[in-house]
Amino acid sequence: MNLFEHIGRYFIMLRFAFSKPEKMKVFWPMFFKEIEAIVINSIPLVGFLSIFMGAVISLQTASNMSSPLLPNYTIGYITRQSTILEFSPTIISLIIAGKVGSNIASEIGSMRVTEQIDALDIMGVNSIGYLMLPKILAATIFFPFVIILSMVLSLIGGWIAGVQSGLYSTETYVLGVRAFWATDANGLYYALSKTMVFAFLITSIASYFGYYTKGGALEVGRSSTQAVVASSVAILLANYVLTQLILI
Amino acid sequence: MIEVKGVNKMFGDTQILFDITTEFVPGRVNLIIGASGQGKSVLTKCIVGLHEVDEGGAILYDGRNFSAMTQRERSVVRQEIGMLFQGSALFDSLSVEENVKFPLRMFTDMSEAEMKDRVNECLDRVNLNGKNDLKPAETSGGMQKRIGIARAIAMNPKYLFCDEPNSGLDPKTSIVIDNLIKEITYEYNITTVVITHDMNSVMEIGDHIMFINAGRNWWEGSNKDIIKTDNQEVVDFVYASSFMKNLREKLI
Repeated sequence: MNLFEHIGRYFIMLRFAFSKPEKMKVFWPMFFKEIEAIVINSIPLVGFLSIFMGAVISLQTASNMSSPLLPNYTIGYITRQSTILEFSPTIISLIIAGKVGSNIASEIGSMRVTEQIDALDIMGVNSIGYLMLPKILAATIFFPFVIILSMVLSLIGGWIAGVQSGLYSTETYVLGVRAFWATDANGLYYALSKTMVFAFLITSIASYFGYYTKGGALEVGRSSTQAVVASSVAILLANYVLTQLILI
Repeated sequence: MIEVKGVNKMFGDTQILFDITTEFVPGRVNLIIGASGQGKSVLTKCIVGLHEVDEGGAILYDGRNFSAMTQRERSVVRQEIGMLFQGSALFDSLSVEENVKFPLRMFTDMSEAEMKDRVNECLDRVNLNGKNDLKPAETSGGMQKRIGIARAIAMNPKYLFCDEPNSGLDPKTSIVIDNLIKEITYEYNITTVVITHDMNSVMEIGDHIMFINAGRNWWEGSNKDIIKTDNQEVVDFVYASSFMKNLREKLI
């Protein structure tokens, strides 16, 4: 299959994914299960990465600021801007694409090769909607909260690293973090908007590769890899397009 | 009754099925037999709608043209179909009870208590009472087939499809599964279609047998007819081993 056939099939799949669930009584428990599996289970990894990335951003910023004309609070300001605009929404989404994307693709792919999806189809269940909609909605609605948590933890990481190293005081760092917020607050909406797009791309692309797996265990692994690669590429492309549209 | 009318199926440039026409007898066990790669599974997938038949062909369920239906219309017919898969296709993450309950939860308005009663009834029918809380991974191959049958009959289907129900089972368990399929077919007056390679199944439960060769409906008859047939391809397939050849000579 060429790229255009994949894209066409992906959009046809989305049409089925967003059709009304057969039974809301069945949909809601699955939705909450996916919130736990996709969102809540990602928090430890996101938290760990965020604290250390925030620490590194602030230390690198401090080590590169040699001009006496730049006040020390600039470190806090740059850490905040880097975190909110790029690190938390984009880098964390790329990492989540690896964790969640491969998980979804292999879960759905395994169901495909063991005929569980055929079983759903034969029963008359819309297998695409049944399997994908809870995942896509859970991620799209709740990932922004994970990203907000990531932002907070990253700023805390930056504060701990700088104060522990004696590069700046708590007051200076907090002053930097709060600086120009009135004019920069739109950055937060930009970040959360693109997080929702990334979450949608990760879950839908991974579901696509899982659903159309053919073969056995080897192909499930291949689908999982393809899902991570394709969703990472999609995130980077969407990041560029959204930045152009929203920020510029 | 399930009618298959002029079904052709091509994948790319390769034609798998050639103008297949047959009728599956209601309330009886209908077998589709044939060597590997001859089109049995493709035909079955066409009948249940997992593959679309090529233009000109039709699948009719009690006169309803399934091939011409929309997905929504098919969904209604599919609720009358039960299927036992080769690998059982049980949902790994669900318990035995939840697996059998699944179609009831999706398509009926039964209360939890009513569903539980129906599940117990189905599990009892396949001699698995008390196994409700096990996960599929904790059960044997034979048990998984029986759970698959219990799930397939949960909605009181009019049509039951079984894809190689004996594969991977020992001879004794195979007989248990065969007998179960036959009993359920007669008890609930289901039109059952079984794909099999198992010659014991052919002789024991084959009320109506269809032999597929090179994607064509090569031969049809009952388990009594197959003993006497002089169709060379059927004889070569059914009596492939010297034991079976000797048996045929004695029978004829």
